Amino acid sequence: MENHQTAAAFEKQLRVDIVSAERSIFSGIAKMVVVAGEEGELGILPGHSQLLTRIKPGEVRVVKAEGGEEMYYVSGGFLEVQPYLASILADTVIRGTDIDEERALEAKSHAEKVLSEKSKKDKEYAAALIELTRAIAQLKIARKLHDQAKK
Amino acid sequence: MPYQTRWKRLLNLLKHQLCGNLIMGASREIRQKIGTIKSTQKITRAMQMVAASKMRKAQDRMNAARPYARKILDVIAHLANAHPEYQHPFMEVRDISRAGYIVISTDRGLCGALNVNVMRDVVKELKDWEQKKVQTGLCLVGSKADLFFRRYHLNVMAKAMHIGDAVGVKDLIGAVKVMTDAYRKREIDALFIASNTFVNTMVQRPTIQQLLPIASTATEFKTRVWDYIYEPNAKDLLQGLLTRYLEAQVYAAVIENYACEQASRMLSMRNATDNAGHVIDGLRLVYNKARQAVITNEIAEIVGGAQAINQ
Repeated sequence: MENHQTAAAFEKQLRVDIVSAERSIFSGIAKMVVVAGEEGELGILPGHSQLLTRIKPGEVRVVKAEGGEEMYYVSGGFLEVQPYLASILADTVIRGTDIDEERALEAKSHAEKVLSEKSKKDKEYAAALIELTRAIAQLKIARKLHDQAKK
Repeated sequence: MPYQTRWKRLLNLLKHQLCGNLIMGASREIRQKIGTIKSTQKITRAMQMVAASKMRKAQDRMNAARPYARKILDVIAHLANAHPEYQHPFMEVRDISRAGYIVISTDRGLCGALNVNVMRDVVKELKDWEQKKVQTGLCLVGSKADLFFRRYHLNVMAKAMHIGDAVGVKDLIGAVKVMTDAYRKREIDALFIASNTFVNTMVQRPTIQQLLPIASTATEFKTRVWDYIYEPNAKDLLQGLLTRYLEAQVYAAVIENYACEQASRMLSMRNATDNAGHVIDGLRLVYNKARQAVITNEIAEIVGGAQAINQ
């Protein structure tokens, strides 16, 4: 990445990397990138001073060096700017204190369900599980046989 | 080779079952048995190939997740370095009176000793903590961990199950938040993550890493003369970045564990396919012998009959 940055600096161009935790979304040389920062719309040009900001859900517009534009939707994240490098650390999911809280509660309630089930004998649970998998397998076979009979 | 002895044992068992009535009608039974094992072999072979292709995809995703975590770590290091006066709780080292573990497992079985290896290491550490009179809390990812820890009466704080093939950050946010909140509220003083590391297709190593407190990286970075312009402010940004960093770490571990799962499944299914082949070979030998015995018997009868007429 450092190499690319120096190369971009030499050309007085801006290198743009948009990455999320799951994949790399865009990577290339641009004339300008427009992002909805938390405190207002930002148009980043080559040579911008170092900046770190949270970004609002919205579109990211990249004006590519070879011409043409690319638009991406990000549901939030961070923008880090170095003079010849702009990195967008995008969230892939909509974030918010309330929504995150809801997800946490869900994970907790999953865990609590076990606690209440713990009183039951573990053997019973295992037996039920085996019973269930067997039933599913039988159903599958039955369905297959049924389909064959139809043909 | 334990596998070899296992298939040999199965073969002997089958031979024993069949040889009881080897003389008459046994050949048909053996043929059926061979057919059964052949269809099992078909399934294991298919599973092996599916696992191989899924593994390759998982490896791609593993690589795709790297730049994000690296970039965040870079920015965090700079932030921590430029603002030493602001110590985030995630970076503060405390005496451990309670420890938290995120245990990552697979959702499905038939993947060798992958899960067992991780669980064994975790249980060992949990026992160590118990001896030191340190309480523990668990966060379980994947249904195999859930099934395993059901046997023990432990403090399970959060769970994320049935995350499936296309795991995303959104499936893990909740579970990670429970643990980080507990850390912030001083309910736990350290957070560890246990999962498999992908060494190569043949080797997956169980590892336990410390997630919290985040080791200070300040010494690694040279002091820089410049600083960012922060919007809104350094403190809030650091908070957001640290949360995402942790999530990215957990996500990366889940993805890597998934790649391990597929690699391990590929290997164990290949073994199963090979073993089925050996059993089929053995049974075919028995079948041929049985058929030959029937033919010999018939010839003997005919010859005997002819001789009786001639006399």
